Amino acid sequence: MGVLGEGLTEAIRLLATADPEVLNITLRTLQVSGAATFISVAIGVPTGAFLALARFFGRGAAVSFVNFGMGLPPVVVGLGTWLFLTRYGPLGFLGILYSPAAMIIAQAIIASPIVAGFTVAAVQAVNPKLRLSILALGVTRIQYLWLLLREARLGILAAVIAGFGGVVSEVGASMMVGGNIRGETRVLTTATVLEVSKGNFELATALSAILLLLSFTITATLTYLQQRGAK
Amino acid sequence: MRALSAYIILVFFITLTAFGCGGKESAPQPQVQELILATTTSTMDSGLLDVLIPEFEKETGYQVKPIAVGTGKALAMGEKGEVDVLLTHAPAAERPLVDAAIVINYRRVMHNDFVVVGPPEDPAGIKGKPSAAAFTAIAAAKALFISRGDDSGTHKKELAIWREAGIEPAGKWYQESGQGMGATLRVAAEKSAYTLTDRATYLAQQKNLGLEILVEGDESLLNIYHVMQVNPEKFAKVNAEGAKAFVEFMVSPQIQQSIGEFGKEKYGQPLFFPDAEK
Repeated sequence: MGVLGEGLTEAIRLLATADPEVLNITLRTLQVSGAATFISVAIGVPTGAFLALARFFGRGAAVSFVNFGMGLPPVVVGLGTWLFLTRYGPLGFLGILYSPAAMIIAQAIIASPIVAGFTVAAVQAVNPKLRLSILALGVTRIQYLWLLLREARLGILAAVIAGFGGVVSEVGASMMVGGNIRGETRVLTTATVLEVSKGNFELATALSAILLLLSFTITATLTYLQQRGAK
Repeated sequence: MRALSAYIILVFFITLTAFGCGGKESAPQPQVQELILATTTSTMDSGLLDVLIPEFEKETGYQVKPIAVGTGKALAMGEKGEVDVLLTHAPAAERPLVDAAIVINYRRVMHNDFVVVGPPEDPAGIKGKPSAAAFTAIAAAKALFISRGDDSGTHKKELAIWREAGIEPAGKWYQESGQGMGATLRVAAEKSAYTLTDRATYLAQQKNLGLEILVEGDESLLNIYHVMQVNPEKFAKVNAEGAKAFVEFMVSPQIQQSIGEFGKEKYGQPLFFPDAEK
């Protein structure tokens, strides 16, 4: 068993005793990645729906650009965000570098194209005949959009799941703009990196197990909602 | 039903967002609370900062944000005024910043030493040699050597020893990990290679490694840590009062004593030796 066994035992112990530090790190992870997902949905779903439905010059290029953004390397986003937020950077006056807000911004930049890209695909996958028949009902533009998004809801929930999964698991950007500050910007991924560099493999394994559990719980909940919506 | 699902998701994320945004309680309230400290990975990985920072925060009410990076990056951040206070260990690289008055209040805090560690079999036969001679022997034997390669204080020291030995290290036997000290030690352990490390990180990780100290104790292996604040006259945005308080705190007799005590219990010997009075 070795480190792995000890790590899992440690994870159970930390959870069972509700270790305050681990609890804080876990809740911070949820807070940062949850907020980032929320923002990315607010940006990504409308953008995706627009790109799927509108017909304009350069639309193909715009969709390619979104699809390219789905694979944005987190460290690149982290570096970019860091450069903007440093004290003497363009947005330095905000003074939010090394805070959860900075991490939320970076993660939202990572997740927004993912959500938008999935939304484009989901909306375009709605049967065109259905689109026409909705239009034939004589609905307003807003109602049309709403009905269409409802039809595409499975794909859109998949977008949320992918967005959340993308940010909760990344470490590069969080490390760079958050700074891994204890009790403030330390999340499960950055805490794991730190414990590995300290040589505490058991604790690192425990933190990883907790991250997997957390990620699974959220994804399972969203999947449950998605599948119930499928009936 | 679907509206309900959407509502649940919405409430869920809003709750998450709101969660944990509540403020922290603290005793005194300085004007600018936030203090950014750029420091080396060794002070973080050895656990020293986890002991000192909470004490400083409790005493003064500042909220310290320690950013653990290599000394090279820490100094670069100081040079641009991006941080308030520095705790680094490369006197030769720090000197130009002091001379240019980019940093002020430059105070010696503590020292420990670098050691050359390697596999117990010691294929290059360096045990007990002075550092430069040991490096010469490693190069001559083409024995595997792992360098930090990250412009950290330890990396700068390593390069200085190669210069002293008159060797330009290159070739298959000389590899750069590009990572912090802890990770580099593990790479060296896995590959049965030599590496230069600060004693504190080595002692803190000894149990996982199987590497032995082969060279120690000569003058050029001294590892000196200085604390300094970024000059507020050059960079108006730095938290000058907080930085000054941190410098004073680090050299205060009480903290000097806790630095000397740190690690004694766990490793049987101190990891750092206080020397603010020197």
